[in-house]
Amino acid sequence: MTVTGGVPERLTSFVHALRGHGVRVGPGETLDAGAVVAVLGLEHRERLRAGLASALLRGEGQRAVFDATFDLYFPLRVGAPQGESSVAELRERLAEALAANDRAALAGLAAEAVQALGQFGNPPGSGGWSAAQTLDRLRPQTLLARVLAGQRQGRSVPEFTDRLEAEEIRRRIGAFRAQVGTEARRRAAELSGTDEIARRAVAPSVDRTDFLFANQAQLAELRRTVQPLARKLATRLAARRRRAARGQIDLRRTLRRSLSTGGVPLRPAYRRRRPQRPELVLLCDVSSSVAGFTDFTMLLVQALRDQFSKVRVFAFVNRTDEVTDGDLARATVTGHHPYSDYGTALGEFTERYLEAVTPRTAVLILGDARNNRRDPNLPALKLIADRARRVYWLNPEPPALWSTGDSAAAEYAGVVTMRPCRNARQLGQFIERLLPT
Amino acid sequence: MSGADGTGIFATVDEVATRLAEVGYLASTAVATTVFLADRLGKPLLVEGPAGVGKTELAKAVAAVAGARLIRLQCYEGVDESRALYEWNHAKQLLRITAGREESWDEARSDIFSEEFLLPRPLLTAIRGNQPTVLLVDETDKADVEVEGLLLEVLSDFQVTVPELGTITAERRPFVVLTSNATRELSEALRRRCLFLHLDFPDAELEQRIVRLKVPGLDRALAESVVKVVGALRAMELRKLPSVAETIDWARTLLALGADTLDEAVVRDSLGVILKHQEDIRRAAEELTLS
Repeated sequence: MTVTGGVPERLTSFVHALRGHGVRVGPGETLDAGAVVAVLGLEHRERLRAGLASALLRGEGQRAVFDATFDLYFPLRVGAPQGESSVAELRERLAEALAANDRAALAGLAAEAVQALGQFGNPPGSGGWSAAQTLDRLRPQTLLARVLAGQRQGRSVPEFTDRLEAEEIRRRIGAFRAQVGTEARRRAAELSGTDEIARRAVAPSVDRTDFLFANQAQLAELRRTVQPLARKLATRLAARRRRAARGQIDLRRTLRRSLSTGGVPLRPAYRRRRPQRPELVLLCDVSSSVAGFTDFTMLLVQALRDQFSKVRVFAFVNRTDEVTDGDLARATVTGHHPYSDYGTALGEFTERYLEAVTPRTAVLILGDARNNRRDPNLPALKLIADRARRVYWLNPEPPALWSTGDSAAAEYAGVVTMRPCRNARQLGQFIERLLPT
Repeated sequence: MSGADGTGIFATVDEVATRLAEVGYLASTAVATTVFLADRLGKPLLVEGPAGVGKTELAKAVAAVAGARLIRLQCYEGVDESRALYEWNHAKQLLRITAGREESWDEARSDIFSEEFLLPRPLLTAIRGNQPTVLLVDETDKADVEVEGLLLEVLSDFQVTVPELGTITAERRPFVVLTSNATRELSEALRRRCLFLHLDFPDAELEQRIVRLKVPGLDRALAESVVKVVGALRAMELRKLPSVAETIDWARTLLALGADTLDEAVVRDSLGVILKHQEDIRRAAEELTLS
């Protein structure tokens, strides 16, 4: 492996890039990483990857960011790969490598494919290297049937595991697509500097993924983080409760206990406070523009359900309906048109469900407050705010956009507290504060 | 960088892999590398990952390889200093006091707080003595935050202070493995003291080797099929994903049943060996299209 610049410099820029993506790396860890490099050397790349990960990472959540950044700073190879193949030849070899699950061959093919198919600009390659263009031309996903047919050839009876194979090959193709992405980033880094590409092209870790810009795969990944996140919040809460429960001595019970030790209060008894569990009402915009955000929040709140004494969930686009049972498909959330209308939705909520809001209730309104220039119906929101213990509005848009275009955010923010909530990390922090003590 | 602070068990990464394999633990590149680093740099190794991937086994295997005693601190909610570090043997102290009624208070006091009345618990035991030691702090996430503070102190300097006796420093550093199922977030400070290893389910090739090592006599093709099915199950959304131990159990079951290939009937009848919830079995049967 060739590394330009000294290893210490490379390591520090690597660490800087990781910090830029929210991986908290202190000077102590950087020193550890240095020790790791000194002990392992640069000879075995996968060992170096594992070693640096063990020194720099403190959890598995940031592994994807780490791997992508590692691939940039400690690249598999430098420069362009050997060989010029046509698309047909590449596809042929790719099919073979997929069938054999030959990882070295797949990595090599990713490099060749980016070289042959991924350059854009004039002259070719001057504009950069595109993974999307490479994959568009190579179309690895269309090889599935061919690989499967090849594997079953020469077998007289179908085997039970045949039915699992399609899924397996699909996974291999997915991994290959990711490799093409890595390779395109590496080439781009050679063109415009590693630090620049590390900042721009490495996707953020899932808990920092912006709700509004998450793609399907990221949303699926986010949904998978719901349970761990809920568990984390719940244990923090348990610790908080334990701490809060200590402190005050219960005199009567201490005296009672002291009888067994001849009146000497050896074991003091403490007064336990009953946890106050608030009720929660969620009022969610489920229109497509904020769907990822709302969906994730609803799942998180459902997972934390036993932390609240009562949770009710209402969904709206321009009509409001209760979806506490989780069945969004059956709910009536749109009327005559498919656009968000916060005014009408809030109005309908106050008409039909106001009894859900009591002085013990915390109300969470989720949405971007983009009202499509209709009446914001501030009195309805005031009515809710007057009845509830607290009302918070979580807005997935950055505050700079709040009063632009058709956003009624500024008007609503005048009535209730509005906070930006753009990723899972922020949402987790917010919900933690909301949880009962 | 010399291994001055290290525990000095291994010389190279390859040696880690070979010697662990000799005691029946097949290590992936990541495992072999981090074990080597933990040994060489003398840092505790924090191993996190789903249940049943061999976190505890790893500590046992390292102990077996090093010919070291394995000291285990099993954490649970409410484990405290006197369970983890040391406590005074009150009963024996009382006996000592009653036995020597004639003494002055000063004599008795200095006497009853000596080594003889100390009950060392795992952390202190691991630090005292100079034979090679592997300290396993199991399920660290189950312990309260206060215990983490205690671990921090012990693991950063490998010393323990007993007020009446003074500071006890390790003559020989133990190889420390902390495991966690991530049911609770461990503190940032503790994580910083450790090397971190996320131990996940092994890849298909490694798992086949593990199964064939643990279940000799299993046909290669059958082992391959078993691992494939388990891999597919792990990709499903189940309440409890099958662990490596369950893969091995299943392979043993199949061997006992005399099955030489997997077919629908065999899988359907033995699914209960790998899946522990009725609804998981139902869902898996559906997704594997078992009639």
